[in-house]
This record gives sequence, C-alpha cells and structure tokens, in this order.
Amino acid sequence: MAFSLSDDERMIAEAAAEVLAEASDSVAVRACCEAGEGIDRALWEQVAGELGWCAVGIDEALGGMGMGVLTEALLFEQSGAHLLCAPFFSSVALGANLLRHVASVRAAEAWLAAVAEGRMSLSAPLPDSPHWSDAAAGVRAEAADAGWRLMGEVARVPDAAHVDALVCLADAGDGELGLFAVVQAAEGVSVSARPGWDATRVFGSWMLDGAPAERLDVGGVADGALQRAAAIARLHIAAEALGGAQRCLDLTTAYVAERKQFGRAVGSFQAVKHRCAQMMVEVEALRSGVFGAARLAEAEDDTAQLAAECHALRLRADRAFFFCAQEAIQLHGGVGFTWEYDPQLYFKRAQAARSWLGRPERGGEAVAAHLLDDEAA
Amino acid sequence: MADAAQPARDSAPSDLRTEIAAWMAAHLTGEFAALQHRGGPGDEEADPELRKRWEQEMAAGGWTGIGWPVEFGGRGFSIEDQVIFHEEYARAGGPGRMGHIGEGLLGPTLIRYGTPEQRQRFLPGILEGREFWAQGYSEPNAGSDLSNVQTRCWQTDDGSWRVSGQKIWTSLAHESDWIFVIARSEPGSKGRHGLSFLLLPLDQDGISIRPIRQMSGGSEFNEVFFDEAVAEADCLVGAPGEGWKVAMGLLEVERGVSTLGQQMHFAHELQLVIEAAKQTGQAAEPAIRARIAEAWGGLRVMRYNALRMLAGGDDLALPREALIYKYYWSNWHRDLGKLAMDILGPEGEVPSEDPVIRRLQQIFFFSRADTIYAGSNEIQLNLIAERGLGLPREPRP
Repeated sequence: MAFSLSDDERMIAEAAAEVLAEASDSVAVRACCEAGEGIDRALWEQVAGELGWCAVGIDEALGGMGMGVLTEALLFEQSGAHLLCAPFFSSVALGANLLRHVASVRAAEAWLAAVAEGRMSLSAPLPDSPHWSDAAAGVRAEAADAGWRLMGEVARVPDAAHVDALVCLADAGDGELGLFAVVQAAEGVSVSARPGWDATRVFGSWMLDGAPAERLDVGGVADGALQRAAAIARLHIAAEALGGAQRCLDLTTAYVAERKQFGRAVGSFQAVKHRCAQMMVEVEALRSGVFGAARLAEAEDDTAQLAAECHALRLRADRAFFFCAQEAIQLHGGVGFTWEYDPQLYFKRAQAARSWLGRPERGGEAVAAHLLDDEAA
Repeated sequence: MADAAQPARDSAPSDLRTEIAAWMAAHLTGEFAALQHRGGPGDEEADPELRKRWEQEMAAGGWTGIGWPVEFGGRGFSIEDQVIFHEEYARAGGPGRMGHIGEGLLGPTLIRYGTPEQRQRFLPGILEGREFWAQGYSEPNAGSDLSNVQTRCWQTDDGSWRVSGQKIWTSLAHESDWIFVIARSEPGSKGRHGLSFLLLPLDQDGISIRPIRQMSGGSEFNEVFFDEAVAEADCLVGAPGEGWKVAMGLLEVERGVSTLGQQMHFAHELQLVIEAAKQTGQAAEPAIRARIAEAWGGLRVMRYNALRMLAGGDDLALPREALIYKYYWSNWHRDLGKLAMDILGPEGEVPSEDPVIRRLQQIFFFSRADTIYAGSNEIQLNLIAERGLGLPREPRP
C-alpha cells in the first residue's frame, strides 16, 4: 500500500484546495445559503466542465482520468472543507458510484461518459438506514412498453432540485431489487426540495408517477455490489467530514492566536492549547483512516473487510467532525455562537451528515457483527 | 488462523518476511515457546533469564543490531526492512526484548557520539546478547521536567567520575549489567546546560537498587541510588556539559520502526479481548459490542497512521501524523484495558491464575502508565499544540 501521494494526486488535491478557497469562500457559501437552493451554478459548471473533477475516478475508456478512490477522496476533503454548494458529491459519491459498482457495465457506460464530460449531474437517495436497499421502500418498478416505469416517492435525495437525473433503487417485482435511472425532464417526475439547517446541501424528494426509467442492473441488484458502493459512499462522507473538521481546526487556531484577553492571546492558555491539540489528534487520526480505507478500496480487496472499515471510518468521522465543530464554537467564545462567524456552518453540516446512509452508531453495530458474529475461516 | 483483528500481510510476502517468519517458527519453540507474546511493557518481569537466553538465540540468528550500520556490527537494514522485521517478529509473538535499551538507545548513542574505544568495548556485548543496559534519566524531581536533573557527577584526580543522586522508573535495573545516566557536572547550572552522560556498571558498592511496587503488584520499575558511584574516565560519552544533547539526540532519530510491530502486538491483545467477550457472553451486550467495534476501528487507524509516518521518509521535522502517534496509541491502549476489565466483570476482580485473563488484567493496570511515561498526555498535547499548530510555547521559569 502506497501511503504517500503520487505527484498527480498531490497536484489535483492542491489545485482543488486553491480553487475552492477562493471560489467557495465564506461569502460565496453564505450567498448560496441565502438563495435557498444550495447551488452555485457557475462554480458547478467550472468544477464539472473546465476542472473535470467528475471525471477523476471514471475509467479512461469512458473519458475519465482513471485515478483511484483516494484521489476522489482528496477532492471530497476539499468540497467538505469549503462546503461546496454543487452536486459534486451527489454526482460522484452517489450517482456515479452506484453506476460503477451496481449497474451492468453496458448500462453504465453512456451515463458515466456523460458524467465524465461534465454534461450530467446525478444524485441518489440517502435513506436513514445503513442498508441502501431500504431506499427502495415505497418505490415500485413496472415493466411497460419496451422499458420500465417507476411509481412512488424517492425521498432524501441531496441536490434533488437541480440534478439532471436520479439513480435509484426500486422493487422490480418478485422480490427483486432493481437499479434505475430517471431524468428530471421525463414525464411523471415532480421534484420538491426544502433547505434544512444545513443549507449548503439541500435535500428533497422525487415523486414518480409512472415516470419512464432505464433499468441499469441485470437480474437484480447484487448485495455484495451494493455493499461495496455503500462502503465507498461512506468513505467519501468521511472524507468530506475530514475537510470540515480540518477547517474548524484552522479557523479556531487562527482565532485563538489573534484574540487577546488578560493581556495575551487566548491560544497561549494551556487549556485552550490542549483543546486545539485534541482536535488535531482527531483530525489526523481521521486522515489516516481515510487514506488507509481509500488505498484498501483501490486494492480491490475483500468487500466485507472494506465494508467494516468504512462503517468504522464513518463513525469516527462523525465523532471527529462534530467534536471539531463544537470545539470551534466553544473556543471562539461569544462570537462562535453567531450567524456571522463560520463555525455554525460546519456545526450544522456535521449534524446533518449523521443521517446520511444510516446513523453512525448503526455502523458500529455492523462492525461488531463482522467481528463477533461472522465466523472467520 | 485468520482473525478479524490481525492485519493481513500486504500483498506478496517479501523474501525477508518469509525468512523471518520461518526463523521465528523454528526458534520460538522448545523452552522458548513459553515466551510467546510475553515480556512486553507491563509484562517485563516475565522470565528475564530465559529472555536473556532468547537474546543470545536472536544474536546467533543474526537478528540483533539489524538497524545498526554494518561497520559497527549491524546489518544496515533500511527503515522499511526494519519495519518488516518488527512486524513479523510481533506477528510470531516474539517476546519483549531484554536487549531493547542497549540495542535501541545506548548502541545508537555510542555509534553517533561515542569514541571508537567505547564502541569497541560496548557494542559487541549488546549485539551478542551478553550485556544488558538500564536507562538512568528520570528522577523524583525530574519527570516531565527532565532537565531538572539533580543527580551530580564530578571528575576526580585520576580522571574517573563519581555520581551521587537518584534515578527512578528504571526498568529492569536489577536485571541489567550497566546503566547510562545524565547527571549534573557543572555545579550551579540549571536545566539542559551543564549535564554529562556517563556509563556505569551496576554491580558496585556505590549503587543500590530498590524495586518500586506497581498498582498491579509487580515491580518492573526501580529506584536506583548512587552514593559516589564510580564511572571510569573512558565512560563519559560526548564532552562534559554535552549530556543533554547526547541523551536527547537519539529521540530525534526515526522512531517509526517499531510502530507496526507494536500495532501487531496490540492486534493480538484485541483478539484476546474479543475471545473473552465471546466466552463470557459479553459479546451480546450492545454497549460492549460498540466498544469492541471502536477498538477495532481505532487499531486500523493506528496502523494506517504508522504507515503514513513511515511513508514520510527521513524528514526530521515531525509531521502531524508522527506528532499525534504516542498520544493516540497510549489512549487507545488504555481504553482497551478498561474494555477488557469490563468484559471480565466479577471474574476480573480476582487476580487470575489463568494466564490469558491475567494478561488482560495486567493490561488494565499497566495501560494507566502508558499515558504517563515517554511523554505524558499533557506533555504530548503541549507538543502537538506548539509544533503541530504553532500555538505559543509554555512560559519557561
């Protein structure tokens, strides 16, 4: 396992950090939040088009860059650090992820090529359940004409209102789970969305009333494939959390170095130093975890092992991110509590992320089951 | 048998890995089989005599001094190969090394700061597993504030030195032949200035050793009293007054080599905890399950953190993952000890005759020391804040 970054990986990560530090700064993010849609369209065009971030992990044969999971995770670290208001996470960590792992190769090709070119934004539901298959509850697929039609509500879709297409799971009859793609422009599709406390990623629902859909799997969704996709989605959730936690640490360190009380910088008080140091311990441990899990995912290893690691990682990420956001508020003193200062944005994001693809504690239970209940060879 | 806690070998085993594994399988047998997984921190009283013989077995096999330069009798292994050695050694359950202070601390100190005569005299004994060393640094008034050393030393007319004072927390002093000390050679000096680094044989009238009883009942640590103890003229390492530099110089050297071995040993301990949970039925308790999952995830991260440190190369400016490492592993281990004891429940309340349960009980107690020695939690947090985050340093008196 290579635990250092290649030159390419490093360059991509550094370039992303630079671009977002400027284009997705506090002012830009707040403007998006005020507008209530959770999207900066110009920045999304730049990210998907000129910068080609959606192409990074897609096979070269499909027009992608063929880079690994870690490179994508590094981009998510930046999107999390700067609360990028764009369907980058939903297109890559969710939509393209499902296409690459669950869809048949033939069905996925055209969609992935479009994503790689930046022409197609995607999303997928994030159920409040550790099992992605639970997203199929209440969504029914019926064979019709030469294709399929979907009926029901696909809830908890990030960036629901402004993605071109939805990748979703549905009950395809006879107990079979199918993977489908529906375009927003299709008949029988109506979308509603409502900004939450975390207005940087606006969730919504797609109501499907006989909407035509393309079936992407062959013979039912394989459980192992869905597990692998879920593991990678969790990995990227953790990568975003890493970026957010680091940003909380950076904001805090900068603040306590400047803020003076009792004749000295508050960062010179040992209690404050220790709190910041504990944030750094959490962040660096999380960083090591993201790195390791990403390299493991690239090694095409045992899915059960990867699934357990990513459950554990996501649990750690939730704890680290919330802790750092909480400490950021606390160590900013009075201003930490205000709308005007940025810790509140990360605090809200950290809390919101707890509900994505199952609560973190359920992930802990999945790890325990893997260690204690599965009989290893 | 594969288990969920043990990390698998990375990709194809190298020749070195296979060689070490085979050697360990062939030699950690017979009388040495009893040493498997024994003798680490918290278990250092495990059969010292047998572990000394094991040092000689290691020496005969060519496994001592692997990281030392070839010209000093070592094998000049790269960092990567040293890591492989430590990992495979731990995977096979190789016992804690009686020679670790000599091989890991004193030897490299002499290689870096010693005279050719000192190297010639002392290095072979370490390499051959014949001579064992104790470290005389901490004092009752010099723990975290190590530079507050009060033990005095002075040179006599014939050039030899005398040492008077006291050292504390000296591991296995009663099993060692020699001790290296930092002592104050310049009267009136304070802190890091005016210290000298001396080598003394322990078996002499001027030195007495008193074991310290630990909360777990054992006595790995000792107090060592110096009453005009004698060090030969040739046993000063570095110049007078340079003692701090000599003593600390080593601590900047690559520490990452033993991290993967340590993590492998911890994986073994975690496996014991998991088995205890299954045997006691605690594996069905939701809160215990959550903590086991946490311990496992934490160990995976520990491994990845160590791999990051090793990938960092020889850069001496400690990167962030290295800065957090000691704080991270020691607190992880402390949590593991607590988890073990909670799993054992009432059975854990009685000192056990069962070696596995006894081991878990020892971890519970000794891990309380893990967050104190080699830089306490509080000192680590200072270092992380100062070196990692650039926050202001503690005011010095």
